[in-house]
Amino acid sequence: MATIKELSHKEERLTGGHRLCAGCGASIAVRQVLLGTDNPVVAGSATGCLEVSTTPYPFTAWGTPFIHNAFENSAATMSGVEGAYNALKRRGKIPADKEIKFVAFGGDGGTYDIGLQSLSGAMERGHNMLYVCYDNGAYMNTGIQRSGATPFGAATTTSPAGKVGQGKPQARKDLTQIMAAHNIPYVAQASISHWKDLVNKAEKAFAVDGPAFINVMSPCPRGWRTPNEMTVEIAKLAVQTGFWPLYEVEDGEWKLNFKPAKGLRPVEEFLKPQGRFKHFFKPGNEHLIEEFQSQVDKNWERLKKRCGVE
Amino acid sequence: MSKTKIKTQTKWNIKGIENWGWKKHPLGATIPEAGNAADYKTGGWRSNRPIWDEEKCTNCLICWINCPDSSIRVKDEKWDSFDYDHCKGCGICANVCPTKAITMVEEGGEK
Repeated sequence: MATIKELSHKEERLTGGHRLCAGCGASIAVRQVLLGTDNPVVAGSATGCLEVSTTPYPFTAWGTPFIHNAFENSAATMSGVEGAYNALKRRGKIPADKEIKFVAFGGDGGTYDIGLQSLSGAMERGHNMLYVCYDNGAYMNTGIQRSGATPFGAATTTSPAGKVGQGKPQARKDLTQIMAAHNIPYVAQASISHWKDLVNKAEKAFAVDGPAFINVMSPCPRGWRTPNEMTVEIAKLAVQTGFWPLYEVEDGEWKLNFKPAKGLRPVEEFLKPQGRFKHFFKPGNEHLIEEFQSQVDKNWERLKKRCGVE
Repeated sequence: MSKTKIKTQTKWNIKGIENWGWKKHPLGATIPEAGNAADYKTGGWRSNRPIWDEEKCTNCLICWINCPDSSIRVKDEKWDSFDYDHCKGCGICANVCPTKAITMVEEGGEK
């Protein structure tokens, strides 16, 4: 594992000048993931903030070849690129010793919901590629609509909090565990707030022979209604409260990467700074916080059992 | 062999692109120059400007690895400078700095 000073020698593969909002978590995720390999990389992205903001014609922020795809087919496109690369290699058109890495990015909308079948297919077919989901918990690009990743109770434009409803009534789906169920060589959950853990996981994911998946917590200041400067801090709180546990599944071995010595912090600390949970703190809505906490506790206990930790 | 060889990066001249006819655009609207977004300045978005304090900085580079706009330059493993052409002034660097060596000041204000 490289130190931060060693990492600083690496080539910057995402330039400034992209049009993501100030304080966006997505570009932090991309930068940290791309530090995970020195090999040439081909990247692609599902439709979403990351795609439209990093490549508004005639500009691209990518220092790597980049492929623009539709919402649902980031994984399918990248699996095709990997297939083409293998074919060219067989024919000697790409030198045998040249090893290119393939990575597909997608937001939670393009991964949990719209791109799920193409992702599942690419992983099942065993392509040697990495898929990275930057999870900000809603369709932020189109105006903060709820997604399968939106947490319980979060207010979005399609699950507003008001007199009738109190944010999204359902709990979020656990995509990382769905991907682990594909029995691929490497699956991990990481957060931009824990760069060392994330770069380490990206290194493992790029190095593995076969499909790999990383789900990265990438807060969105606009959608979460948090101040711009808080992006990394709130991602850290997501981890420390157990809302977003850091773990990895390597060849079927589950491993918890972060277990606070003093136990988890109450979820209130994660919820309170976010405008999308403002209604949780209205008098009479205490049960929402309790419900959120009990969901987090239940998932945490289940995960600990799977990872074989007390 | 020459067909599949990856082209080395060339400067793509997009001067006057607003008035280009369709024949002048690359097929499929591909962008032939990697990372040319660096030519697009987003520094004007900024309402707060990060200021660096050399005395307090320990060169831990936590700001660099957490910058969403790749706007912290590092040279020889040491903090070098802000890229004010692209920094949007989000303030993450000031927020994550363990020694409070970065502070945000209002853009255009006297300081």
